Amino acid sequence: MAERVLMKGNEAIAEAAIRAGCRHYFGYPITPQTEIAAYMAKKMPKIGGVFLQAESEIASINMVYGAAAAGMRVMTSSSSPGISLKSEGLSYIAGSDVPAFVVNVQRGGPGLGGIQPSQSDYFQATKGGGHGDYRMIVLAPASVQEMASLTVKGFNLADKYLMTAMILADGTIGQMMEPITFEDVEVESYDKPWALTGTKLRRKHNIVNSLYLKPDELERKNFERYERYRTVEENEVMYEEYMMEDAEVCVVAFGIASRVAKNAVAQARSEGVRVGLIRPITLWPFPSKVLRQAAEKVKSFVCVELNMGQMIEDVRLAIECTRPVSLCNRTGGMIPSPDQVLASIREAQKGGN
Amino acid sequence: MKTTQILIAGFGGQGILFAGKFLAYKGLLEDLQVSWLPSYGPEMRGGTANCNVILSDDPVGSPIITDPDVLIVMNLPSLQKYVDSVVPGGQIYVDSTLISEKVARTDVEVYYIPATQMANDAGVPTLANMVMMGHVLKNNPELTFDGTEATVAKLVPPSKAQLVELNMKALQAGRDYQ
Repeated sequence: MAERVLMKGNEAIAEAAIRAGCRHYFGYPITPQTEIAAYMAKKMPKIGGVFLQAESEIASINMVYGAAAAGMRVMTSSSSPGISLKSEGLSYIAGSDVPAFVVNVQRGGPGLGGIQPSQSDYFQATKGGGHGDYRMIVLAPASVQEMASLTVKGFNLADKYLMTAMILADGTIGQMMEPITFEDVEVESYDKPWALTGTKLRRKHNIVNSLYLKPDELERKNFERYERYRTVEENEVMYEEYMMEDAEVCVVAFGIASRVAKNAVAQARSEGVRVGLIRPITLWPFPSKVLRQAAEKVKSFVCVELNMGQMIEDVRLAIECTRPVSLCNRTGGMIPSPDQVLASIREAQKGGN
Repeated sequence: MKTTQILIAGFGGQGILFAGKFLAYKGLLEDLQVSWLPSYGPEMRGGTANCNVILSDDPVGSPIITDPDVLIVMNLPSLQKYVDSVVPGGQIYVDSTLISEKVARTDVEVYYIPATQMANDAGVPTLANMVMMGHVLKNNPELTFDGTEATVAKLVPPSKAQLVELNMKALQAGRDYQ
């Protein structure tokens, strides 16, 4: 068995990215994700990689765009306000169909907000952020181990589907240390015949671009892209089910909120409450099917989120509002206690139909 | 199946996070499941610092501690802030050099260790945190004193190997305090 080492979530992302073959990191510092850049600054020069602290977030995402167009495994990382700045670039990357890997270690918003953990960029990550019709694969780690494994997964998926994969973490998982091993790292590699690697006068020019002035051409591009997105939705949904077998109440939570929720579920079970947890690991594609199936068995749902209620909309959509869904939330950098979640579970058990 | 939730708190600069790392690594080397969660941000620059360490036989659920089994405090504001959160039957470790107040609760075990004074006397004035840790190891059946040196060696960069010995000195002083 590989050695267990203690690492911060942010460091685990950086180490996993290097193991996944990432040799280009462009970023701009912001709490609570700066350890990623610090780790890269230390390691990249030693392995022939590039670490560059850009002059701004906007510059760094466009460097990612450039390196991705050249076929490199490339990443950037930031926290909420920084991701807003990068959103224009994310739209261009989507419009150009190049693979990129982006990390958002969320903090409280809107605006400069605070630096404590938050999940209030759920909408931004799953519904856009940048302009135009596009999607990103959004991965929500709930442990330091998953920070590493989903990073490798993210690079693989980005290359496979020619789109951005984003880790949507939060300050807690970024800052905490847990034991991890790197043995489950499975790096896939994909041919990139579209990459801008120089023709050497032996092939036609490749063009990477998001400008399509002819509407019918742009429409066709969007249709094609959404065909690809449909394949992602069919094949790449990830979730975890916990104590759902005989559950009457289904808690839905991701990331750090799911850790708190799990404690509450275990506590409620010990009191005889039949409750389970579904934890989306991919936020897009969202695990709608498993939630729909759960809706046929449970009385009600409780959504636990570190925001004003964002994922709850996708839960309601997934179950087509066939069951009541209540919200248990804190925001601004606060985290609900297991007791608060427990109270919501008890309430949900009384309600429902 | 046992889980111990440990909250360490004090001023920034007292080595609160390092002490937490020490316990987390100690747990790791004893094959426990562990989590370590620091406070981060402005309070780290001279204000209050705290860190949550969980040691468990099972995978750790939430890394956030609301009701600690063990509280280790190295300044008065931290004691006042957290004293009531400790579970009945829990333990409180107080650096009595810096905190003259006594704990009024009678449903917890309280250990007063003049750690800052002891660290000064031992010639390791910056390691009061590790004096506290030495006493914690003495009173916690989950963690033994064996393998302490290997744990410290994990935490200290090879270029500063001489720190292992100094940390051990502080840890032993804490362990031997009656």
